Amino acid sequence: MGNQNPLAYDYTVAKLFLFTTVLFGIIGMTVGVLIAFQMAFPELNYLFGEYATFSRLRPIHTNGVAFGFTVSGIFASWYYVGQRVLKVSMAESKFLMTVGKLHFAVYVLTILLAVVTLFMGITTSKEYSELEWPLDLLVVVFWVLWGVSIFGLIGIRRERTLYISIWYYIAAFLAVAMLFLFNNMAVPTAIVSGHGDWFHSVSWYAGTNDALVQWWFGHNAVAFVFTTPIVAMIYYFLPKESGQAVYSYKLSLLSFWGLMFVYLWAGGHHLIYSTVPDWMQTMGSVFSVVLILPSWGSAINMLLTMKGEWQQLQTNPLIKFMVLGSTFYMLSTLEGPIQAIKSVNALAHFTDWIPGHVHDGTLGWVGFMVIAAMYHMTPRLFKKELYSKSLMETQFWLQTTGIVLYFSSMWIAGITQGMMWRATDEFGNLSYSFIDTVVVLHPYYTIRAIGGLLYLVGIFIWAYNLYKTIKVGRDLSDKEINVNASPMSAN
Amino acid sequence: MFHWLEQRPFFFAVGVFLTVSFAGLIEILPNFAEQARPTVGTKPYSGLELAGRHVYIEDSCNACHSQLIRPFKNETDRYGMYSLSGEYAYDRPFLWGSKRTGPDLMRVGNYRTTDWHENHMFEPTSVVPGSIMPAYKHMFSKVADLETAYAEMVTVNKVFNVPYNQPITMKDGSTETVKLAETFDEARADMLAEAKLIAADMKNQDVKDAVERGEIPQIVALIAYLNSLK
Repeated sequence: MGNQNPLAYDYTVAKLFLFTTVLFGIIGMTVGVLIAFQMAFPELNYLFGEYATFSRLRPIHTNGVAFGFTVSGIFASWYYVGQRVLKVSMAESKFLMTVGKLHFAVYVLTILLAVVTLFMGITTSKEYSELEWPLDLLVVVFWVLWGVSIFGLIGIRRERTLYISIWYYIAAFLAVAMLFLFNNMAVPTAIVSGHGDWFHSVSWYAGTNDALVQWWFGHNAVAFVFTTPIVAMIYYFLPKESGQAVYSYKLSLLSFWGLMFVYLWAGGHHLIYSTVPDWMQTMGSVFSVVLILPSWGSAINMLLTMKGEWQQLQTNPLIKFMVLGSTFYMLSTLEGPIQAIKSVNALAHFTDWIPGHVHDGTLGWVGFMVIAAMYHMTPRLFKKELYSKSLMETQFWLQTTGIVLYFSSMWIAGITQGMMWRATDEFGNLSYSFIDTVVVLHPYYTIRAIGGLLYLVGIFIWAYNLYKTIKVGRDLSDKEINVNASPMSAN
Repeated sequence: MFHWLEQRPFFFAVGVFLTVSFAGLIEILPNFAEQARPTVGTKPYSGLELAGRHVYIEDSCNACHSQLIRPFKNETDRYGMYSLSGEYAYDRPFLWGSKRTGPDLMRVGNYRTTDWHENHMFEPTSVVPGSIMPAYKHMFSKVADLETAYAEMVTVNKVFNVPYNQPITMKDGSTETVKLAETFDEARADMLAEAKLIAADMKNQDVKDAVERGEIPQIVALIAYLNSLK
């Protein structure tokens, strides 16, 4: 490839999304660290009136990192990877170029409005689906624009066979569209009654049905935002960076179609011992366990791609990020099914073990993959050598330490909490009042917040390194970057 | 077959879509045939309670408090009878939460009182030493949005047939009716009457004065909602 291909890819839109990935990463994770410290030190709730309480900030954190940082990263990678594996440049189609820019504009507008409205307390309360209906409509617009971009680019492609990454982007686009539409079905109250706030709406579903749809969405938003597009990234960036071919095509097939079929069933594991029908809870448990197969299939396929080339782990920090990301993916896709087993869920549900699980997946897998992808793309987008390898090493170890502190403290906190809630004395009375189970967690909340802070420092180092690369990195514009390992300066 | 699909994006996309839709078709749809039926004694929310529920949502109380009692002895000992599906028949959205940083609130109306909530929301550690919950002092001055609550009552009544103005059978066999007023002014007067009963049990003079003036601070609506959780 490469050398004999004179095609000039147009990365205008990829660059725009690269900036928002970094920006929303910083904002979302700073808020995350703040609310983590609030749980250890509640005085921090009063920094700026009603707007800085834990409860107002929590949706801003989750939306900021999921739909700001991660989704920006996904879009940035799409506008980079898409052209390259389809062998077509955005510059070849004015239409697709316009769609791409419009996509970015509507997306940024939506995220900014989301931050403002969430600060104001305008929320539907549904987790990861908090935005009210006018913003939901904007989400639909930019999502459709992304779809136009995907299928438009595919329509004019030169490479006939769709590479594995493209499968995963297509899946992410379709599944999120379906889930988002169903979960956000709501009736705007002002339109029906002629009274009250115009943006207020009431859910189409009630009670148990509402919970069922919400967690069918909630779980699969994880699947199709935090998993499939990230798998798309690793299938492109790891083979590229390492110069190795994907280990097994058959394993890719099994993992992809297996994931598509199995994932959607598993949402019921959020509702174990709730009032949804028992058979659905059991289905949720069983399919969660089955889900280990396709998840580990992808992860193992990636790890084995490094077969015979493990020394790169020592020399290239980008490989480190991706290999450890893959390993965290295996860890969290084993941990999730364990928590979905009914007896374990009885202990784990409602405790801090759950955010612990979420974060070894998001910080270790999603975060590391997005970080690595942006590091790989930046020298090629701007024709500059990466500013500092040693900073990347520092970032890697700070963040890895942060993740370990985060999940280990939350494991202990969660199990402690769960055990104390159910503890009884010799007469069968509850041993602890609820507040006992809160006070005891203080050290773990502190450790978690410090872990989060280390990760955030790493994010700042990443942002600084990318900034310096673009500003003062050694100029490579006179040569094609054909090497696999990203060019980086040793200092 | 897979090679064939990988060269035909349209059929590939259709294949993916069918595969991901399968679980939803089998798991989600059948449950909707089963209409959410309220249990005996479950009433729709009154206007003030609904306004309070909006305050609960505005400040994302559900980020830390669940409303779902699981069928375990330690939970029923702590919070009361385990939850039944029909008890949520009028909950749009559901507020089960996913994390218990604080205790469950499904039946908080059974064991906490208006004055307890008043103290707790103003300064949580005054009633629960060691609490890490933030104080919600702004609820004592910010006024509840009654009109949006009324709008929601009208909407759920029109669109989802929520039974306002109809006798509802209670557990002891008696009936109760939750009123949906014809006009907002009338609804407002009803909410104010309800708010006065709650303000009478409160000590904060600013709140009492506001209710006298005909304004309902958020805290009053929130307490009306919390007291209704039984």
